[in-house]
Amino acid sequence: MGLLVAQLLAGLANAAALFLVASGLSLIFGVTRIVNFAHGSLYMLGAYCGYTALQYLTGPLGFWAAALAAAVAVGLFGLLVECLILRRLYKAPELFQLVATFGVVLVVQDLTLMLWGAEDLLGPRAPGLDRAVMLFGQPVPEYDLALIAVAPLVLLGLWLLMTKTRAGILIRAATQDREMVGALGINQSLLFSGVFFLGAALAGLGGALQLPKGGADLTLDLGILAPAFVVVVIGGMGSIGGAFVAAVLISVVNVFGVLYLPESTLVLMYVVMAVVLLVRPHGLFGRAELQAGPPAAGIPDRPLAPLGPRWRTAALALIGLLAVLPLIGSDFALVLATDIVVLALFAASLHFMLSLGGLISFGHAALFGGGAYAAALAVTYAETPMELALLLAPLAGGWLAFAIGWFCLRLTGVYFAMLTLAFAQLLWSLAFQWTEVTGGDDGLIGIWPAAWASDGTVYYYLTIVLGGGAILMLRHLAHSPFGYALRAARDSEKRARVSGIRVDRVRLAAMVVSGTMAGLAGGLFVFSKGSVFPSALEIARSFDALIMVFLGGVDALGGPLVGAAALTLLQDWLSRLESWRLLLGLAVIAIVLLAPTGIAGFAGRLLRRREAS
Amino acid sequence: MNAVLEVRGLSKAFGGVHAVEDLGFDLRAGERLALIGPNGAGKSTSFQMLMGELRPDAGTACFEGVDLVGMEPREIWALGVGRTFQITSVFASMTVAENVQTALQARNGQSFDPFRRARALHRDEAISLLERVGMAEQADRPASVLAYGDVKRLEFAIALAGEPRLLLMDEPTAGMAPRERHALMDLVSGIVAERGISVLFTEHDMDVVFGHADRIMVLDRGRLIADGTPDAVRADAKVRSVYLGSGAETGHA
Amino acid sequence: MLEVAAVNSFYGKAHILFDVSFSVGKGEAVALLGRNGAGKSTVLKSILQLVRPESGKVLFEGRDITRLPPHRIARLGLGYVPEERRIFADLTVSENLEVGRQPARTGLPLWTPERLFELFPNLAERRNALGGTLSGGEQQMLTIARTLMGNPRLLLLDEPSEGIAPVIVEQMARTIRALKDAGVTVLLSEQNLRFARTVAERALIIDSGHIRFDGSFVDLEADAEISASYLAV
Repeated sequence: MGLLVAQLLAGLANAAALFLVASGLSLIFGVTRIVNFAHGSLYMLGAYCGYTALQYLTGPLGFWAAALAAAVAVGLFGLLVECLILRRLYKAPELFQLVATFGVVLVVQDLTLMLWGAEDLLGPRAPGLDRAVMLFGQPVPEYDLALIAVAPLVLLGLWLLMTKTRAGILIRAATQDREMVGALGINQSLLFSGVFFLGAALAGLGGALQLPKGGADLTLDLGILAPAFVVVVIGGMGSIGGAFVAAVLISVVNVFGVLYLPESTLVLMYVVMAVVLLVRPHGLFGRAELQAGPPAAGIPDRPLAPLGPRWRTAALALIGLLAVLPLIGSDFALVLATDIVVLALFAASLHFMLSLGGLISFGHAALFGGGAYAAALAVTYAETPMELALLLAPLAGGWLAFAIGWFCLRLTGVYFAMLTLAFAQLLWSLAFQWTEVTGGDDGLIGIWPAAWASDGTVYYYLTIVLGGGAILMLRHLAHSPFGYALRAARDSEKRARVSGIRVDRVRLAAMVVSGTMAGLAGGLFVFSKGSVFPSALEIARSFDALIMVFLGGVDALGGPLVGAAALTLLQDWLSRLESWRLLLGLAVIAIVLLAPTGIAGFAGRLLRRREAS
Repeated sequence: MNAVLEVRGLSKAFGGVHAVEDLGFDLRAGERLALIGPNGAGKSTSFQMLMGELRPDAGTACFEGVDLVGMEPREIWALGVGRTFQITSVFASMTVAENVQTALQARNGQSFDPFRRARALHRDEAISLLERVGMAEQADRPASVLAYGDVKRLEFAIALAGEPRLLLMDEPTAGMAPRERHALMDLVSGIVAERGISVLFTEHDMDVVFGHADRIMVLDRGRLIADGTPDAVRADAKVRSVYLGSGAETGHA
Repeated sequence: MLEVAAVNSFYGKAHILFDVSFSVGKGEAVALLGRNGAGKSTVLKSILQLVRPESGKVLFEGRDITRLPPHRIARLGLGYVPEERRIFADLTVSENLEVGRQPARTGLPLWTPERLFELFPNLAERRNALGGTLSGGEQQMLTIARTLMGNPRLLLLDEPSEGIAPVIVEQMARTIRALKDAGVTVLLSEQNLRFARTVAERALIIDSGHIRFDGSFVDLEADAEISASYLAV
């Protein structure tokens, strides 16, 4: 009995920070329709700001004042992000908004590193609340009790704000009909900025308040993101009450998971989410969006054309260069080129469903890592030869894509994106926690190519043939009737349906194709590195895929190749610099704002202009 | 005369308000039947129910003897029903010809074909369809740059690619200049006559309705209040009272 | 007070309004008549810049408001009542009114919820009900009341009599006349000629995006040709 109560209280205490982050995310989405991927970063900033504020503010009152100061500071930072970046993107396709917020994630990572250093900061205990009280014979930290009180207080505060103040009424009105609010004389930009400030401040407060429990470190940002998404999805997009209920549900399930199923704690919340979504596709308190918007990545206005003679020559030259690279390049160049081809296939597989199908996946690492782990597990436990393992990897990717697609394709746009991210995190949790099988954080090692391919040059050629072949196959598919049907479903879903296209099946098939190719990329990746770690499945890996697609240009079929080369070379070059994430993040943001067609799109446009003149 | 489409007792309510109540009519082979009425009379709801986009609360709609109720849009398409939308909808990322080719490949069950090159597939058939609607010389232009009237004609060609025997056209001339409207409807009338296609259409432009419909039905608040030849409907006092043209005498306020 | 000069508007690529020009004088009540799809709603939306005209100008009290954001136009004293009503379904009646509230304007009476509840007694009884639970007629009242909370000098009403019961239509007509008496200028779009005639003194007829007639109702009824071609079925 005592233990149960203690666990329950611990769960409720954990719910506080999660609720603060999720409610801010939900609030911002409700009014601005932007899913803020940098919300986890704001949470992390809150923790660091709170830490610094506590250096100057002491005593019981000082602690809470520091938390508030952190919240305000983070709120102001959020305001800055809104004014400088997001404000120009409210009418842009969702993909651009999301990529821009990724950029912010990268920038904040490095800024935090520069300002506070790489060391994990130990959270100070909350003065006056640093002991434990005995409840039912179990010690319960006083600070937990304080947190349990804080979450409902914030909920109450938000409820009062939303129902009793003019600002709250306007926010709720704008959530329902932004245009009408404008027509009634309300300045929308001001309202949006205000909401962004509030949402960011809530995340900052969450970060500061969990300091005594977890301290501050550089993994907080992406660590909280997936649980916060899960909470928002379970509670229903835009519902603050829903976020509260879901945060409590998840946290309580989690602490009991620790008690009874210690290996499955991370997985449990995704199981809860899956069950909720099966019963209520829009979450506990969410509502179906009335109208599906335009495709999340926008519709290109130029038809797909086969390569012109000039591009054909360029492609042939590239293939020729890749073929002779072992003769002219260093070993390092070979390693780099192998990486580029593997990443290009990974990016091309995402590009296929994202650009042609209009399906934005944020969890594409699930398919890459899934393929990688499938190959590695087969080698580790069944002594499978490399040739067979390289066949298993794409099969596993395809099957995973089928399962994820079956689940996620009922929802569209940002919901689809958030769900795919949740599924990727589910797989990551499995790889991370199921130590007996996956080796956990230590990964699976010793996955080397077969004897005939063990030479770096031979494996390089193998990668070129398989990876390059797969990329060409994807390209061919884009020009096939299937590719046209997929684009038709993206361009106009209703027109496609009444023209006899099985939209849902076409999309699922595209996901399976995409998963197969991502799985192959994962398989090639494993044998080139000789090992696989949970990082093959992590959010950052999914980000990489999106950034490559984006760098290369969404509309250009050759984009993923350009994007992969750009990202690999950029990372290789930048990683010698101290703050490469900062630079990469700024570059991504600049591209979203200035050249939204990406590098390949930009080059193509320049070339066409020159040809025209 | 045999009916292509037999609608009986079709009803739909939204939150207790009857959008369409007990709608029943026959559409005969080769007939051009117009469905008119004030805003909110239930025209769009009726259309959505016929095309499987909205499930009716009650009633049947039999196309050549097969009840469409409960079917998906694609299944209804497969029976031979084509559709154009009020807000014109084509595949914006493709050329004009590719738009029609994509519809043709769907009709031939090739939407999942991963092998062939789509650009060459059914190209000739697409061009001859485009010729028929006067769009052949624009075949290789991107659909996204077409003038509005041409998008309408392209959408019509896409619908024809499915070889429909019944066409549902939701406000085919909305958003067009008056002269273009008649040109489009003359084109539609000519093609449906030569192919024996029956047409059910809604329309706001009364010139178009009275110039191109063989028969007119008038909906008001979800109910059919008139059904007859253009002359009969024009003379109908009830129609005159609900549909603006009351002059001074018969307002309903 | 309001001048619309050679406005051309599009929805995407669809050309909806063709060189629409007209003006509304201070204290006038003008009815914009036309069939469904003639372009009435687009005219009102183009005035408020909810639809941005491709060309042409809209002047409000001598000031060019073309390209201003809608909220600035609303603050200048231009109230808009949309055809679809667009009340905030999850907000109560009182909260809906609060969204519309703007500061008082010189020379015009200040609208408060209390005064509006006098004007619309049905709303008073339901002030704490959610907007989504109101009947069609009540929603129509609420959307007008909400706009009046902004103390507009000029009220744009998009088809106020549509889809509501005849009794409520009567009440609506009285309300609009009362507003006019209180000094509010009114431009309303209508399909119901009889209703329009009871509340407005001047008529504009729009057809296929072109203004076809601009004059008094007496002149309109005398002009058999116009009546026959644009109003009759």
